[in-house]
Amino acid sequence: MNDTLKTFLTRKTGVIGLVLLALVVALAVLAPVLYPASPWEITGVPFAAPGEYGMLLGSDTLGRDIASGIAHGARVSLLIGVASTLAALCIGVVLGCLAGYFGGWVDMLVMRFTEIFQTIPNFVLAILLVAILNPSLWTIILAIGIVSWPPLARLTRAQVMTISTREFISAARCQGQSTASIVLRHVLPNAISPIIVTGSLTIATAILIEAALSFMGLGDPNNMSWGFMVGAGRTVIRQAWWMSVFPGLAILITVVAINLVGEALNDALNPRISRS
Amino acid sequence: MLQIRRIGVRLAGLAATILVIATINFILVHSAPGDPASVMAGQSGATDEKFLAEVRAEYGLDQPYIVQLGTYLGKVVQFDLGYSFRQRRDVADLIMERLWPTLLLTLTSFTLALAGGIFLGALAGRRAGRWSDTLISMGALLLYATPVFWLGLMLVLVFSIQLGWLPAFGYASIRADSFTTWHYITDVASHLVLPAVSLAAIYMAVYTRLMRSSIIEVSHEDHVKTARAKGLTEGRILRRHMLRNASLPVITFAGLQAGAMIGGAVVVETVFAWPGLGRLTYDAVLQRDYPVLLGLFLVMSVLVILVNLLTDLIYRMIDPRLAAR
Repeated sequence: MNDTLKTFLTRKTGVIGLVLLALVVALAVLAPVLYPASPWEITGVPFAAPGEYGMLLGSDTLGRDIASGIAHGARVSLLIGVASTLAALCIGVVLGCLAGYFGGWVDMLVMRFTEIFQTIPNFVLAILLVAILNPSLWTIILAIGIVSWPPLARLTRAQVMTISTREFISAARCQGQSTASIVLRHVLPNAISPIIVTGSLTIATAILIEAALSFMGLGDPNNMSWGFMVGAGRTVIRQAWWMSVFPGLAILITVVAINLVGEALNDALNPRISRS
Repeated sequence: MLQIRRIGVRLAGLAATILVIATINFILVHSAPGDPASVMAGQSGATDEKFLAEVRAEYGLDQPYIVQLGTYLGKVVQFDLGYSFRQRRDVADLIMERLWPTLLLTLTSFTLALAGGIFLGALAGRRAGRWSDTLISMGALLLYATPVFWLGLMLVLVFSIQLGWLPAFGYASIRADSFTTWHYITDVASHLVLPAVSLAAIYMAVYTRLMRSSIIEVSHEDHVKTARAKGLTEGRILRRHMLRNASLPVITFAGLQAGAMIGGAVVVETVFAWPGLGRLTYDAVLQRDYPVLLGLFLVMSVLVILVNLLTDLIYRMIDPRLAAR
């Protein structure tokens, strides 16, 4: 682990990503302290340019503080990004283990299913799911989880397949350990590092999907989110560029940070792959 | 003979996918809060009881689930996608008249992303480690993290509002009906530039990164060393000996991403008021017009499969080894 950490820290881009990510997380954690009022509350003059009336990033069409919206939006974006990735991991890892460990017809069935899920336009399915189940934090997390699992399932399957052929797995089998125990205690721990890397990159995609959903008007109506802010500001972009520029920058910075960390993590955890 | 078999396998795959999607639609309608009939009717505020009864009878909603599913699949196979109570039109008609703008947009973006990605990736790969490589790689990293809708807005801000070079929204000018053919084509093309670039950008970033590593990989292969030993110029080695080999994985990947690109088109069409399937999706979301949404999901999935077939074709053109098989 110490070596992994050291490799990670020698990657300049990884450190930059980590710092940016730490800033976003800090913003999310400190949002209620920095901006105790609800981000929906009107705190100033409408259409205030950045810096005017004590509002760092200006106000929106109703006079709500953009900076406050961005801080509170960070909570929603990170929460949905992480939670929906966990949901995708649950589906993907279980299906991948089934396919990879049992092989044969189980494998064929699971992989056909995965392929079909990979073909269908996943953003359209997410729209459909959220629209029909009504937008809320939970339905959004569920929808993004449902459309994000296929790459994780394929990766898990490939990993589990290679590791199941190793000698120590045969040894465990000879000892009479149960299948569940073999998979959970011997196969998965050895298969996990690329899954962690892909999972971390999935968080970034999930944040982008969430932003696009709330931009389309399918965000949780009780939570301020970055995509919603861009969507609300776009109609007045001629008069007030700041309403759509800053929330979008927040999305961009967060996603870049996560991608940088994910790539550095990849180099640290899978040294063989990155060296070739 | 093998060709026919291959096409047969593809068609079977297409049929299986349509059945799975129709089944997903069916499950969704029944897992929605409330009466499935009112979901199928578009859950309008003042629901017409008579229309609801019609929907119930048409889809046999008093029958067991399995019979209902059969009825629904039967309708889908006949391209009967239901009736939009809100728009008072057949869903299939609504979708068909919006198909062309979406095809134009996605195919333009697809070509742009692929060509741009292969070009930039080859450039970066040949100069690995130099400043132009670093610049291209950093650009790709940033583009890859940019939300599509925001990129579209920023392009509007710069090229339409600040510079006034290109139209900010729509498919053609208002007076386009009176234009000559050539004038009409250039008019639509000028409206197409910003949406197509917004949609292409993120994928171009992905393909650039892929192409870069692919070129680096190919440059270590024996046949390239031979070409270099023969004294060929670097440009000729790149064009004749590396480009095709290196672009194969990029094209495969591009085909796999067709679904994501059509999803991106939904957002781009929303930003630019482009009158295609994506704009229709946005309107249907706003009005909670479920029959239209369900139909769109089905049709867009079929489009993805067709794009997959198309990339398969391109792949065979580039790699004659496969075509001979």
